[in-house]
Amino acid sequence: MKILTEMPDVTALMPEIVMTCLALVLLMLDLFIRRKEITALLAIVIAAVVGFFLTGSSGTAFSGMFISDGYSSFFKLIFLVSLVLSVLISIRYIKIESVNFGEYYSLMLFSTLGMMLMASAGDIIVLYLGLELMALSLYVLAGFLRHDTKSNEASLKYFLLGAFASAFLLYGTSMIYGLTGTTNLKAIAHYLAANGVAHNPAVMLSVILFVVAFGFKIAAAPFHMWAPDVYEGAPTSVTAFMSVGPKAAGFAVFGRVFLTAFGGLQVDWAGILIPLAILTMAVGNILAISQTNIKRMLAYSSIAHAGYALIGLIAGGGNGVASMMNYLFIYAFMNIGAFGVVIMLRTEGFKGEEITDYEGLAKSHPLAAALMLVFMFSLTGIPPTAGFVGKFYLFMAAVAEGYTWLALVAVIFSAISAYFYLRIVMYMYMKEPKAEVALSTSAPHGIALAVATCAVLLIGVLPSGIIELARAAVAGF
Amino acid sequence: MMAEGIFIYLAAAIVILSVLVITRSNPVHSMITMLVLFFHIAALYVTLNAEFLAAIQVIVYAGAILVLFLFVVLLLNLKEEMVARRYIGPWPLGVLAALGLLVVIVLSLKSFIPGPSGVFTTEVVRAETNTKVLGQILFTEYLYPFEVVSMILLVAIIGAIVLAKKRLRN
Amino acid sequence: MNFLEAAMQPGSVDFLYNIAIIVIKILVVFGVIMLHVAYATYFERKTIGHMQVRLGPMRVGPHGLLQPIADGIKLFFKEDIIPAQSDKPVFFVAPVISLVAALTSLAVIPFFDGFVIADINVGLLFVLAMSSLGSYGIILAGWSSNSKYSFLGGLRSAAQIISYEIAMGLSLVGVMMLSGSMNLTEIVKAQEHYPLGMFLFPQLIACFVYTISVIAETNRAPFDLPEAESELVAGYFVEYSGMRYGLFFIAEYTAMIIMASIGIVCFLGGWNGPFEIPYVPFAWFFLKLYLLIFVYYWIRATLPRYRYDHLMDLGWKVLIPLALLNIVVTGIVKVLL
Repeated sequence: MKILTEMPDVTALMPEIVMTCLALVLLMLDLFIRRKEITALLAIVIAAVVGFFLTGSSGTAFSGMFISDGYSSFFKLIFLVSLVLSVLISIRYIKIESVNFGEYYSLMLFSTLGMMLMASAGDIIVLYLGLELMALSLYVLAGFLRHDTKSNEASLKYFLLGAFASAFLLYGTSMIYGLTGTTNLKAIAHYLAANGVAHNPAVMLSVILFVVAFGFKIAAAPFHMWAPDVYEGAPTSVTAFMSVGPKAAGFAVFGRVFLTAFGGLQVDWAGILIPLAILTMAVGNILAISQTNIKRMLAYSSIAHAGYALIGLIAGGGNGVASMMNYLFIYAFMNIGAFGVVIMLRTEGFKGEEITDYEGLAKSHPLAAALMLVFMFSLTGIPPTAGFVGKFYLFMAAVAEGYTWLALVAVIFSAISAYFYLRIVMYMYMKEPKAEVALSTSAPHGIALAVATCAVLLIGVLPSGIIELARAAVAGF
Repeated sequence: MMAEGIFIYLAAAIVILSVLVITRSNPVHSMITMLVLFFHIAALYVTLNAEFLAAIQVIVYAGAILVLFLFVVLLLNLKEEMVARRYIGPWPLGVLAALGLLVVIVLSLKSFIPGPSGVFTTEVVRAETNTKVLGQILFTEYLYPFEVVSMILLVAIIGAIVLAKKRLRN
Repeated sequence: MNFLEAAMQPGSVDFLYNIAIIVIKILVVFGVIMLHVAYATYFERKTIGHMQVRLGPMRVGPHGLLQPIADGIKLFFKEDIIPAQSDKPVFFVAPVISLVAALTSLAVIPFFDGFVIADINVGLLFVLAMSSLGSYGIILAGWSSNSKYSFLGGLRSAAQIISYEIAMGLSLVGVMMLSGSMNLTEIVKAQEHYPLGMFLFPQLIACFVYTISVIAETNRAPFDLPEAESELVAGYFVEYSGMRYGLFFIAEYTAMIIMASIGIVCFLGGWNGPFEIPYVPFAWFFLKLYLLIFVYYWIRATLPRYRYDHLMDLGWKVLIPLALLNIVVTGIVKVLL
């Protein structure tokens, strides 16, 4: 038998293969599962199994198209964590929205698979395909509330702008392929260095096109236009999911492409990213102030956080990248936690998306208010929460690389952000309840919030573990 | 000389037809223009020795996707569509941005240096035929991306079914 | 591709010579096929007539042999009526698209060894591509006529053609796998080592799927819902008259001949036969063609029309899975042997 001996070595690919197979099995099993809670549980089990395989995977496969290293594994950990948390907060929510279909979980798994492929991509073709797999699942998830025109709008807007961004990515790819004759990231870097075309304007054009494409994915200004509408219209659990996982995946490929393929051009692309980061922080933080819908506010907040995380990339080097990864990891917990509280306010017949709905929450539901307090503090970056730790290391990395002024700008914008985050806290604690607000709670939801809160507080107090992990992950990059 | 002439004709036609597609007020006329556009793209592939891609371009885009477009368009109320405004907001700004991008691209392409050519030169492709070469490379070197594409298609199918066919409970 | 290459050699005598040869081939094929189209209608009326114990056309010429000519002249001189509210440019271009899509495929069909207008590498795909365009003519004709009957006919036809084209394309994949080529001449030559010099037996499932898909693809009975006269008067071309109607007619019969030819090339061994007939290398090809055309009429005379949802079910739930199964089986067998 000729075929069997020619099987490529796929050991490094095991987590992805396991994920694919199990997600397909889940899709089939779902036909026979009446109670969709079981599907959700199985999705979490799948995430756990994949996490188990993740620990043993390293190396490359398919002649460098697939790279499994510390960097990719750390990002995959973020994806799996955000997947599990999002599934947990979805179970009750999609029932309330009466879209309790098993495909919801399958699509989340496929989307996560796409992110994992992105994080491990050693070739632009694979990167693009992973990105499309992730995005396509998200387009569908964003439009999951079929009866809701806002959800339809979100889905369509996300799809059109996502396709637009993909076009930029492909154009950049074709440019770099024409210049170097390869799409392999390492080979590109090698060719650019060896043949002295690194400073060719065409390379810079390609860099700019990549920035545009990835900027769309991480919702960096001025490519953030889709974010508020999509975040608002999509089902809240999906918003929670796509504000974390895909953003982290966007940063994963951002880092991979710019540090590997364009590693020798750091000065040039840092020059492009710095104004981008500042603009992103400004747009996110300033526009968030005027929002009345909490999902929109969190959308702008997520734009602002993309700006912070970009600082880590700009700083570059092991420290900068590690601080960016660390920040994204923390962001997963605090942002999904915040959305978890938002989801709790959604009950049959009550949307609970207005900021005024939070008035006096501390009186009626002290625990929910306390949790929201923790997440808002963390998003602002107030010690002793994880958000502080994340920002601290980001800014430290920037200072260490000589971007002190950039760190200062970021701190100023952080201070501005306190206004709208703490406004929620003020509403909850210092105002009288306007109307009786019921909460929809469930055990999985409680677990998710408990995990998120514990993580936020624990990392806030004892940050060394996660910092070391991120540093170790970058070491082999 | 002739090859360049053909390319210039095709390139110009593709651009002009693309503009026509988005400026026709009648969506059905847009579709027909698009059909012609796809043929020109297919012809471009033929001049590049990629006859397999040319055939697939016509079968998939013209034969399947565009027919489905047409299907949907025919079900719309065209009288309403034809009076609706097709451009939203500040479109001159968009044109300006596009022109800016064009200038940047043209300027940077002036110093474009083509990279090294790989194993599959025009001669190899011509000798082996495009289809064979494409099949070989797709199932060996690019096996992994090929499999990922299958996942994308699967997700597209699931998505279409979920969004279109799932019965809503209430 | 070969043609383009040849055409790009400036100033060579070969260039003009090649062009002349190609033009002559085109004229010959066009003339022969047009004659066949005309007499296919006569053949149809006669066959169905006899099957229904009638005589069919008898008046014009001996045994009505000049009937197709008379019909052609009649169509040509009939008044051309254009509906007032129709979309004129689309109305004019629709029958032309239909006809062009049908006639273009003739270029790649090898009628006998060495006789083909354009011997291109992706001949089979070319035919699939052109046949998929036929639906444009139909759907645009249906829409531009601004009539409910023709519109419904056009929609039905578009859905039907797209659905069955998938099955048809997939059924031909097995043939491509066995012959290792998409060039139609190569496919015929690859069959010489198989039983009876045909792919019919190793590709029995594919042949079955192909036959049914072709009947649906050409809108023939029992799948002629787009022109179901009892429901839709005449379907998509109800508003057409005169020569424009004639163009649709020619397109339909040309498409039938082409699909039958592809069936012959892919499953029935092309121009090869059990023994060689001297001086007429195309004899076997045309004998097989007449047989297949007869099968079209036989089926039309025998089977009642399908219901639309049954038609879709058959295409998507039976033929496509069967064709996929055939690909898998062919692949496994080919690897194991």
